[in-house]
Amino acid sequence: MTASNQVAVRAEALIKTFGNTRALDGVDLEIPTGTVLGMLGPNGAGKTTTVRILTTLLRPDSGRAWVAGHDVTAEPDKVRRAIGLSGQYAAVDENLTGYENLYMVGRLYGMNRARAGARAKELLTRFRLNEAAERPAKTYSGGMRRRLDLAGALVAEPAVVVLDEPTTGLDPRGRMETWEVIGELVADGATVLLTTQYLEEADQLADTILVIDHGKVIASGTADKLKSQIGGERLELVLAEAADLPATAKVLAEVGSAEPVVDEHTRRAHVPVDTGSKALIEALRRLDAQDIAVLDVSLHRPTLDDVFLSLTGHSAEEEKDPS
Amino acid sequence: MTVLTQGLRDGSIVAWRNLLNVRRNADWLFAAVIQPVMFVLLFAYVFAGSIGSNPAAYREFLLAGIFVQTVAFNSAFTVIGLANDLQKGIIDRFRSLPMSRLAVLLGRTVSDLVVSCGALLIMSLCGLVVGWRIRGSFLDAVAAYLLLLLFAFALSWVGALIGLAAPSVEVAQSAGLVWLFPVSFISSAFVSVGGMPGPLRAFAEWNPFTSVINAVRQLFGNPSPPGLPMPHGWPVDHAVLYTVLCAAVILLIFVPLSVAKYRKVASK
Ligand SMILES: Nc1ncnc2c1ncn2[C@@H]1O[C@H](COP(=O)(O)OP(=O)(O)OP(=O)(O)O)[C@@H](O)[C@H]1O
Ligand SMILES: [Mg+2]
Repeated sequence: MTASNQVAVRAEALIKTFGNTRALDGVDLEIPTGTVLGMLGPNGAGKTTTVRILTTLLRPDSGRAWVAGHDVTAEPDKVRRAIGLSGQYAAVDENLTGYENLYMVGRLYGMNRARAGARAKELLTRFRLNEAAERPAKTYSGGMRRRLDLAGALVAEPAVVVLDEPTTGLDPRGRMETWEVIGELVADGATVLLTTQYLEEADQLADTILVIDHGKVIASGTADKLKSQIGGERLELVLAEAADLPATAKVLAEVGSAEPVVDEHTRRAHVPVDTGSKALIEALRRLDAQDIAVLDVSLHRPTLDDVFLSLTGHSAEEEKDPS
Repeated sequence: MTVLTQGLRDGSIVAWRNLLNVRRNADWLFAAVIQPVMFVLLFAYVFAGSIGSNPAAYREFLLAGIFVQTVAFNSAFTVIGLANDLQKGIIDRFRSLPMSRLAVLLGRTVSDLVVSCGALLIMSLCGLVVGWRIRGSFLDAVAAYLLLLLFAFALSWVGALIGLAAPSVEVAQSAGLVWLFPVSFISSAFVSVGGMPGPLRAFAEWNPFTSVINAVRQLFGNPSPPGLPMPHGWPVDHAVLYTVLCAAVILLIFVPLSVAKYRKVASK
């Protein structure tokens, strides 16, 4: 095993079965200290189960895991001292105010009253909850609860932060803020494990992405590595005149990385591109030179669905938990 | 920090949190005011008026039974509170923190004890209004209240196990109350055990509820009303001792069971 000061989280061959469901079927992972691992997978893939095992909430049927150098089943207390968890569903006490929720968590981490109170105030400011600090959490919006829960994970400035779908249910602003906070955490030296259903999010935040499906890791690597596996982005155009489609197809073939696809009915054309916005600008420049009117133009990043299509040959949507 | 001091420290933080919940939900209004006042008035006037020849004497006799029944019913708050925390994921939050394993259960049972103190205070005041009196010594009265609280605390641990075992909050709500009806009514709470048919009578005589009620009556100096046959037997003659023994046995069984169940439920 690698020295624990270089690897903050490590799991080997984790298996967990619930009744007839094999939630985890031999998951291995490793997070170098100070980096972010993004765990990407559809509903029911086993993300939460992995998170629960690594945060000592669940015992694996077999396999081993270490967090901050401690075995999660043998030394759960030492693991708990090193981690901060924000679960998939915000676990805030609805009858307590935002301040009281964070104060309580601080106290339970062993802080004295003054320290717990000061830390609670700090976090409320950081998460824009100052104005709602004295209101019971049941009056909070879903996004506010989510932020309060995330703040709860950071109370003790843990070395390892585990976030299960931290941006699900947040508006764009909340999502951006959460991304910023995660960036700051890493800048401060924390190690982060986060799960997400959005490739874009994993792409933005994670040093390494782990794609999981049916309890198995089906791909891992940097975002770039995964994307080259999937085939990068797709440039899509909608034209004013169907008559311009052949000329457009020619332009797209030049800027794209593969054959363009044209649809007469909707006057659409699209092509995979390697160079992103460069290809988009180049295509528009050339179309403009030929006086071709473009109604709509977009650059699609590959979605989770694209990842799944190319890795497994089936769509992520089909994986939805039957319940 | 030793296991016990950390358990007490963390338990008191959880109890603080539970009491904030009790206050904000207005649970206390039901548990410590409405239910106690209603029980005292209902039983004192509806029952006492129709049973026996001396309603005033019967009212005084009844009060101990009402005290015990009310604090026993408060154990349902432990049941519902724990089932709620499990369902809402609060227990997960607690379990991911480096806090004592005992703290969640201890915090719960202690906060319910505080609610029971309030209920006892209100009931005692109501009791004084309807004619109940403390006729024993001051120390005996203190002992009676302590015995009531000890019994309430023990029953909370029974409630803790039910709350952890219940598959849903709805089931917890009924399961937490339903067992209390037979055990609290088949006792000396409202009638004389001597008048019950054979098997019921045997159950009632050894029922810890009977014992704590008899002990409290003895300590407060509340006599049996004329016309109710005086009970006999070891549990009656040693009511205080038997009550303390029962509470100890309940705690010895249900504390370890609840703690074990807590670990299992939470990590399944
Ligand atoms: N306590 C449980 N009892 C029974 N089955 C469970 C339990 N927890 C998880 N499962 C099953 O294990 C599988 C993996 O679940 P998990 O919650 O880890 O998925 P996930 O990747 O987090 O999904 P989502 O994106 O929906 O949160 C699913 O099929 C789920 O139904
Ligand atoms: Mg999940």
